[in-house]
Amino acid sequence: MNRLSLISLLWLVIRRDLLLAMRRRADVLTTLIFFVMVVSLFPLGVGPEAEMLRKMAGGVLWVAALLSSMLSLPRMFAADHLDGTLEQMMLAPQSLTVMVLGKITAHWMLSGLPLVLIAPVLGLQFDMPVAAILTLMLALLLGTPVLSMIGAVGAALTLGLRGGGVLVSLLVLPLTIPVLIFGAGAVEAVNSGLDAVSNFALLGAFLLFALVFTPFVAAQALRISME
Amino acid sequence: MNWSEFFAMNGYAFYVWGSYGLTLLVFLSEIATVRHRRKLALRQLRLINESGDAE
Amino acid sequence: MAINWFKYSAPSTFYGLAGKLIPWFAWPAAILFGIGFYIGFFVAPTDAVQSEAYRIIFIHVPASILSMFIYLIMAGYAALGLIFKTRLSAMMASALAPTGALFAFISLWTGALWGKPMWGAWWVWDARLTSELILLFLYLGFIALQASIEDPRRADRASALLAIIGSVNVPIIYYSVQWWNTLHQGSTIKFSGTSMHVAMQQSMFIMLVACWLYAIAIALARVRSIILERESNTQWVKEVRE
Repeated sequence: MNRLSLISLLWLVIRRDLLLAMRRRADVLTTLIFFVMVVSLFPLGVGPEAEMLRKMAGGVLWVAALLSSMLSLPRMFAADHLDGTLEQMMLAPQSLTVMVLGKITAHWMLSGLPLVLIAPVLGLQFDMPVAAILTLMLALLLGTPVLSMIGAVGAALTLGLRGGGVLVSLLVLPLTIPVLIFGAGAVEAVNSGLDAVSNFALLGAFLLFALVFTPFVAAQALRISME
Repeated sequence: MNWSEFFAMNGYAFYVWGSYGLTLLVFLSEIATVRHRRKLALRQLRLINESGDAE
Repeated sequence: MAINWFKYSAPSTFYGLAGKLIPWFAWPAAILFGIGFYIGFFVAPTDAVQSEAYRIIFIHVPASILSMFIYLIMAGYAALGLIFKTRLSAMMASALAPTGALFAFISLWTGALWGKPMWGAWWVWDARLTSELILLFLYLGFIALQASIEDPRRADRASALLAIIGSVNVPIIYYSVQWWNTLHQGSTIKFSGTSMHVAMQQSMFIMLVACWLYAIAIALARVRSIILERESNTQWVKEVRE
């Protein structure tokens, strides 16, 4: 096989992961259903008072997004690890970092992007104003990739270990707290009539920072786990 | 030195001694745990040695 | 006289050195704890605003500082182990983790006990306390990851990577939490405006040094056990009798 360009390699990996996921649609749907369920649990827990729910909405949706992302993380590498594909990927002369970026992108498209798309519906459940819903969607759009990226490192480190999703969550959740703070903060700012620009700037910064470093770090983590 | 005043800490005894008491507890249990770990490690070594000698 | 420091980077030689060093840290630690306690309780005056409850800071502040300091040292050792592939560095990181976590716990507990009489609540989402809680989670994650991996080499390297990522994140987390805290106008645990009496500063500093010496002593003791556990198949360990 001729040397692939990096972009072709990336696209190849993304396409493969998406194709495999399409054959197991249930996995993707269960993450989405989990997200909806968790969000719906909160009003049941704290009461249906509209004013309070409106205030909580941003935070609740963000926490639910965090938890849903964590749940789907083991899927990123587990299947390939089990059937030996991961090993082949690591032995290949092509860049592991780029392949990992491809897997992260596919993971986000399957678990992060659906959350962004369904968030408005849940926002209505919480009687959020339109401006807040739009802010939330944009914040999730910037933040969920970061969750997938940090999560990838966690998934790589815990490859094949017992404890699965819970262990990854324990490792990754503290690291995602800044995203949570500024993501939910953006919604709150808009609700208070303030500008959310600084929040978005920071979310964007996190995204860029993660984009530059995490694929490489995750690739190293894979090598550590696979030796 | 008025000892009862000292222990009462102006009404805050629970908080002050609760803090220092816990700290002391943590230190003592940490020391005990480390010593216990050492004892276990040495015992394990002795067992390995003995089974090695017996061969 | 050139000291060959690398001589002690082998577990076999470090074991003996660590054993000899422990008393040199443990005894001074005990003495300094005594002096710090004395100055803090018998020399420092009662605070105008916080009465006697403020005396908790003499353990709360050193514990907080040390929990963060130990995390950085732990990550440093972990990085050394990852870069130079030295087993002893990884063992030192493992030895430090429980101690750091316990200091974080002490910081949280004493923080709560200080907050209750001062601010009426057992937990205030103060920026520093919240960051301390997250730090505890980072420690627990490190310990959990090590415990979950059977192969010691993989465990060392994986937790090392985690520790390094954690230490990069700690400043980001700290400033995020601080921003979040000011936004929600939470109470900040601060001193009653005026600068601290010199005896208070002295006591806090002495207690800080005492905690630091204690941490070194306990870590050295723990690493000796770790060495015995992990090097059990080597000749020199077989000959260890005490």
